[in-house]
Amino acid sequence: MTLDAALPAPQPNPETQAYWDAAKQGRLLLRRCNACGEVHFYPRSICPFCFSDDTHWLESKGTGAIYAYSIMRRGLYPFALAYVTLDEGPSLMTNIVDCDLASLRIGQRVRVAFKPGGNGYRIPVFIPI
Amino acid sequence: MPAAAKAYIAGIYEHPTRKADGKSLAQLHAEVARGALADAGLSKSDVDGYFCAGDVAGWERPGSGPFSIIDYLGLKLRHLDTTESWGSSYLVHVAHAAEAIAAGKCNVALITLAGRPRAEGMQTGTKTEAEAKGLDAPEAQFELPYRPTVVGLYAMCAMRHMYEFGTTSEQLAWIKVAASHHAQHNPHALLREVVTVEDVVNSPLIADPLHRLDCCVITDGGGALVVVSPDVAKSLSKPRVRVIGAGYAPKYQLGGRADITSSGAIWSGPRAFAEAGVTPADIKYASIYDSFTITVLITLEDLGFCRKGEGGKFVADGNLIAGVGRLPVNTDGGGLCNNHPSNRGGMTKVIEAVRQLRGEAHPMVQVKNCDLALAHGTGGALPTRHGSATLILERE
Repeated sequence: MTLDAALPAPQPNPETQAYWDAAKQGRLLLRRCNACGEVHFYPRSICPFCFSDDTHWLESKGTGAIYAYSIMRRGLYPFALAYVTLDEGPSLMTNIVDCDLASLRIGQRVRVAFKPGGNGYRIPVFIPI
Repeated sequence: MPAAAKAYIAGIYEHPTRKADGKSLAQLHAEVARGALADAGLSKSDVDGYFCAGDVAGWERPGSGPFSIIDYLGLKLRHLDTTESWGSSYLVHVAHAAEAIAAGKCNVALITLAGRPRAEGMQTGTKTEAEAKGLDAPEAQFELPYRPTVVGLYAMCAMRHMYEFGTTSEQLAWIKVAASHHAQHNPHALLREVVTVEDVVNSPLIADPLHRLDCCVITDGGGALVVVSPDVAKSLSKPRVRVIGAGYAPKYQLGGRADITSSGAIWSGPRAFAEAGVTPADIKYASIYDSFTITVLITLEDLGFCRKGEGGKFVADGNLIAGVGRLPVNTDGGGLCNNHPSNRGGMTKVIEAVRQLRGEAHPMVQVKNCDLALAHGTGGALPTRHGSATLILERE
């Protein structure tokens, strides 16, 4: 199933603009805390683990495994909603695309890709490796 | 004695309608308020505390919020609590009312819920997170582009539970089967037909692995509760139902640490049981939030009715059916068959627990000697962010 329709547009704010700018360039950014060392998602300027403001962007390798998924069947065409656990640790909500939906499995390895979103942004999604 | 043990649920009312084409939202709030006060044997002028959540007229949609409904009802208050915890709000309100009564802030607390999503054309499996919470939430830009729906989010919990513990669609189906066995006796239930495991697993997939019959109904109407002080309770004629334990916990994915096969009930449950001084084995009847079959299964595990991962075996073979199984659950037919007004199931969970404790449940589902009951609400979306509320109620 190819995801041919544009995904809904994200609405960046000053705290998250860099994430979406990086996505336009095909890079997936996470956030890492210098104080406690934890990597988190979605990105915040204040660490949700230790509350330090000493956080910085970290580029993900873009690989991980499907943690959970569901085939959504109520729209015009079915698609896969999923959580992917990145190799850096955090999990994120996403879609699994460009694949046979019936073949998806929890634990399956995936890598990030970027699909057109609204307002000229590109949305990180994942494709089975 | 904990604060919660100083209050009684004296009035209950579940609106009989399931489709309110000819009524306004505020009108439904007023009708359920009248019903619960009449059930208690009290009048509007007795009410000095009011509790409401995001379903009130003029709140979920642009407007002036809870003051609109207070004005509409004509309440004279010295205590107001507008705690919003989605579908679990009304269990939180009972706990907060008990605390407010114990603190002397009010004597007669009115709690209302109303809504008319069915009259407004909502259909199963279509409610998006964007509609549920709007675009301003900090996580919205990282989730909404992926088009999550409420059922899709719960479906991922079910998929993960199956992966970790071997739970099956047939086991989940037993939860719906039990609800349907109960609903056949409820003349107001939206779905009164008894269904089989095969009916559930053969119904269309909405979001794998959840089928249409794994999903709760969409209904209009609502309900109300009246929580009172011991002095007021003693002056009333209905069997007295005391709030003896309450626990609350929000749960979310801390910084992206996914753990979606358990709910906040892992924390709210032990808090409520500790306050009440009882254990899961003591509970005679349980109202368990049933937005989807998987919601019930995970909650039963988290509350300690069985071990984590063993929910599938626990719910199978009719174990939740009154008169058949070990733990009668949702004897009104629950959200799966009876009523899920305004997409918020917490109110009806409390109402049926009080019916059971009073001996007012339908004779075909009434639990014998039901003197201790639990009610649990799950508000929000289980895998992302939700609030779990547990109440333990005792017949005096």
